[in-house]
Amino acid sequence: MRKFLTILAALASLSLTNCGYNAIQQNDESVKSSWSEVVNQYQRRADLVPNIVNSVKGFAQQEKDVLLGVTNARAKVGTVQVSPDVVNDPATLQKFQQAQSELTGALSRLLVTTENYPQLKSDQLFRDLVAQLEGTENRIAVARNRYIKAVQDYNVGIRTFPNNLTAMVFGYKEKANFTVENEKSISTAPKVDFNVPPAAAPVPAPAPATPAPAPAEPAK
Amino acid sequence: MKAVKALILAFLLCFASAALADVAVPPLTGRVVDLTATLSADQAATLEQTLKDFEDRKGSQVAVLIVPTTQPETIEQYSLRVVEQWKLGRKKVDDGALLIIAKNDRKLRIEVGYGLEGALNDATSKRIIDEIITPKFRGGDFAGGISDGVDRILKVIDGEPLPAPKPEGEMPDLSAIGEYFPFLFIVALVGGGIFRAIFGRLLGSVIAGGGVAAFIWFFLGTLSIAAVGGLIAFFITLIGDAIVSSGGGGRGGYGGGFSSGSSSSGGFSGGGGSFGGGGASGSW
Repeated sequence: MRKFLTILAALASLSLTNCGYNAIQQNDESVKSSWSEVVNQYQRRADLVPNIVNSVKGFAQQEKDVLLGVTNARAKVGTVQVSPDVVNDPATLQKFQQAQSELTGALSRLLVTTENYPQLKSDQLFRDLVAQLEGTENRIAVARNRYIKAVQDYNVGIRTFPNNLTAMVFGYKEKANFTVENEKSISTAPKVDFNVPPAAAPVPAPAPATPAPAPAEPAK
Repeated sequence: MKAVKALILAFLLCFASAALADVAVPPLTGRVVDLTATLSADQAATLEQTLKDFEDRKGSQVAVLIVPTTQPETIEQYSLRVVEQWKLGRKKVDDGALLIIAKNDRKLRIEVGYGLEGALNDATSKRIIDEIITPKFRGGDFAGGISDGVDRILKVIDGEPLPAPKPEGEMPDLSAIGEYFPFLFIVALVGGGIFRAIFGRLLGSVIAGGGVAAFIWFFLGTLSIAAVGGLIAFFITLIGDAIVSSGGGGRGGYGGGFSSGSSSSGGFSGGGGSFGGGGASGSW
């Protein structure tokens, strides 16, 4: 009788974990909220773009191509549908990532162009905007890292035994994650390269000629 | 025997960290952590006092960290790791800020918590770095640059409406015990069963109750909560074998480890604030 009760007690405490169902729900919500944060920060960057374009236009309106490139890239970002369901659909996430990295490229080209306009570089408003852009790029990197971690926890949760049985029963699939290929090309970019993301641009700010832009930025 | 020794040595070498390992986050020994001996003892003490007075008055936690280098990470990556571990700023208010200087890299950064991003935003942080701190650094006046920069940061934070700081000696908040309650429940159930089997019903209950009370008291430091917990464990063990159902919602998420609700005795510890990567970096 005692043996039966101890076994029952052990089974009872095991089932207190609900065979991982609750853990899966929590991880799922965690993924959703970190995805919202990623979208939030990308949106913040997109909102900065019109101000930057206007500020640059004030000093360098002949740079029509570059300015147009940035405006178009931003418009394209606005057309990519973003909803919480994106985390379940790798193809949509890929499109989103693609559009965002095009905007990153356009912005860095713009910032490199501003190197030729010392008046623009010393304009306080422009410097503030560049500071905000760098801050936003950092926030994007942080949000992406947290999203990647949340997805990792979730995927590990539904793949390990015994919770993978629960996941199978309820039909939970792995979540989409940011792909690596973009990050590889950016992290191995040579020091002076027009495709280096704008976060490397701390150099143009008031500091006197420092040797080279900062190496390896946080994962984009 | 020789082969065994060689094997053990080889095994231990697996743990030898390469020279490219990330810089470790230093322990939070105070509000001013200087690993490069840039500041004299006096300067560090004055700075520490300024920051402490500010925290007592405003509630916001600001710290200064000086490291030789953050390589191979960028200063942004390293600084985020530091603040995620130190957890400056109050929980839910997130009013922490860190001024970090990587002396040999000639880079610095102001890392700003979520709650301060209104007043101490990216543009302001960048201006403080460019206009106040780096000119002094370029002239070699590190102590002056740091103290002027800190003064300006505190002035800016003063402009941010924050909840008033808690007076000393408050009751520790019960959210900590809430996190651990399901865990303790299971322990009481299973452990109590074992104690009961070994020692008999009454004695087993007393031991289980005492054990849980000691556990709670050790981690939370309040006798009252420990007594309550012990009492619950006592009763669970006493009538435990009549409870068989699994019942109850699953365990709450344990993410994040201890919540530091209690006011610590002396010493400086982070308040549980979180950071989102805001702030600005600069170099000289």
